[in-house]
Amino acid sequence: MLKGLLPVLKKDVLIMFYSPIYYVCSLIFALLSGYFFYSNIAYFGILSLQASGDPFLSDILNLSDMVIKPFFGNIMVILLLLVPLLTMRSFAEEKKQGTIELLFTYPISDWGCLLGKFFAVVVSYFGMLIWTIPCIVILTFLGSPDWGIVLSAYLGIFLAGLAFSAFGIFASSITENQIVSAVIAFGGLLLLWAVGWMKRLGGDLLGKILEYISMTTHTESFAIGIIDTRDVLYFFIFSAFWLGITSRILQQRYIKR
Amino acid sequence: MIQVRGVTKYYGQRVAVKDISFEIMQGRVVGLLGPNGAGKTTILRILTCYLSPSEGKVIVAGIDSEQDPLGIREKIGFMPENVPLYGDMTVGQFLGFVADSKGIAARDRRFEISKVISQCGLEQQEKRLIRHLSKGQRQRVGVAQALLGNPQILILDEPTAGLDPAQVLEIRELVKELGKEKTVILSTHILPEASQVCNEVIILNNGKLIAQGTLNELREKLRKSEEMKFLVRTEADLKKMLELKSEDFVVDVIEKHKGEYEILLKPELNVSGRLSKKIVEKGIALFEMRSMELSLEEIFVRLLIYEDENSNQN
Repeated sequence: MLKGLLPVLKKDVLIMFYSPIYYVCSLIFALLSGYFFYSNIAYFGILSLQASGDPFLSDILNLSDMVIKPFFGNIMVILLLLVPLLTMRSFAEEKKQGTIELLFTYPISDWGCLLGKFFAVVVSYFGMLIWTIPCIVILTFLGSPDWGIVLSAYLGIFLAGLAFSAFGIFASSITENQIVSAVIAFGGLLLLWAVGWMKRLGGDLLGKILEYISMTTHTESFAIGIIDTRDVLYFFIFSAFWLGITSRILQQRYIKR
Repeated sequence: MIQVRGVTKYYGQRVAVKDISFEIMQGRVVGLLGPNGAGKTTILRILTCYLSPSEGKVIVAGIDSEQDPLGIREKIGFMPENVPLYGDMTVGQFLGFVADSKGIAARDRRFEISKVISQCGLEQQEKRLIRHLSKGQRQRVGVAQALLGNPQILILDEPTAGLDPAQVLEIRELVKELGKEKTVILSTHILPEASQVCNEVIILNNGKLIAQGTLNELREKLRKSEEMKFLVRTEADLKKMLELKSEDFVVDVIEKHKGEYEILLKPELNVSGRLSKKIVEKGIALFEMRSMELSLEEIFVRLLIYEDENSNQN
């Protein structure tokens, strides 16, 4: 069923690492995450200085709430903007260049190809996350971060990355144009990110549905060190749903009429 | 080897190919001929299981395309039209990817890749990026990827399109060589290519199959149903030769060069004997008279006209 997954994964990672888009995305990600990390640390430093004479405030101020939580929140939004640029090539470029015809005349299954492309984006996503490690190393020199919160925040980012990648690949499968693919992925992800903000206007049932659909609802717990299986499940279901839709789109060519 | 039974393909409401049936035996080089838009690429995409037919059945090497499309793909090497390749990969990397995709075992991988590289004359290009290759070299990479894994069947969609004359000859030679040990199907709208390379042709027009057979079979079929053509060399001038048109079995007299005429006759019994007799009776010295072979272009055009007339009558 997954025939061809590894060759497609290897090929897409190779092409991704040859592409200037990946290096531009990585550079922008490194600069933005560094900037947000620095501003969080600087803000925390100023507040700590001001609170040094107030024992009550000193107790409230901590690295987890003032630095780790906003830092990972910011990273998540940066990635939401950048992942569509990683996924836009996946199918759109293959369709535009005609290589999709080559690909699907090799003994490769549709799911093998789809998951190969999906994991190639996930690998590239991990590659970008490496830029956050220096920030965490600096944090250990400045204080004693709660490693439980750091690891759960990373898990949240990893799961959100799966969801962003799955949606981005879906967007890439419905067009031949990379720019259109990136715009659809970015617009769709932003909507799914922010749709929960409307929960108060939606009434009881609709409000709950909007809150559940919204990605922000499911990322908050990771940033405070709680791994809720419902949130983990949400990201897996979200990714599987969009990959399933993409698979249906790929199978369109087999439809009899 | 390949059986296509009543295949029809719709793209939305549009019919791309209609009720196509043919068989291709093992070890043949078959040309799929037809004007642009005739349905050649659709048929090839169905044969390679990239598309499924809306109606009908395709059986390749005993495997039903609906039951096991991946099984068929394992037996086929395909080069699509315009040879789409990954420009950001080197030739070696690309062929490595193809070898992995075709499931070539790791221990045979290097040997298989080297074999197709030398078969296609790509030794100097192995480390070059595909986007830096010339059109002819890309075409060779296209053939090399199709050959990897030693498939029994090779399908080439317009393999010489866009090449310069020297490159066209190189690719034709390569196809001829491959045809000695494999079943090769090549689509083309360049007719001399089919006559030089193929043992057999399948002619498509407007999504319908209008003829299949060896070139000699098609010539014979037309000879029986159409005019016969003779080349006649005499001492007479055109005016004198045009007098032959008064005979009921002569369709036309065309001067090719001075003293050399092409005469079209109705397909009647002993018509060549009657023509030579008439020429001699008119006191013309007859130097040579021979039946002319129909070129593939003529067969193609006549079959198309034939098809149009038949469909108008229906």
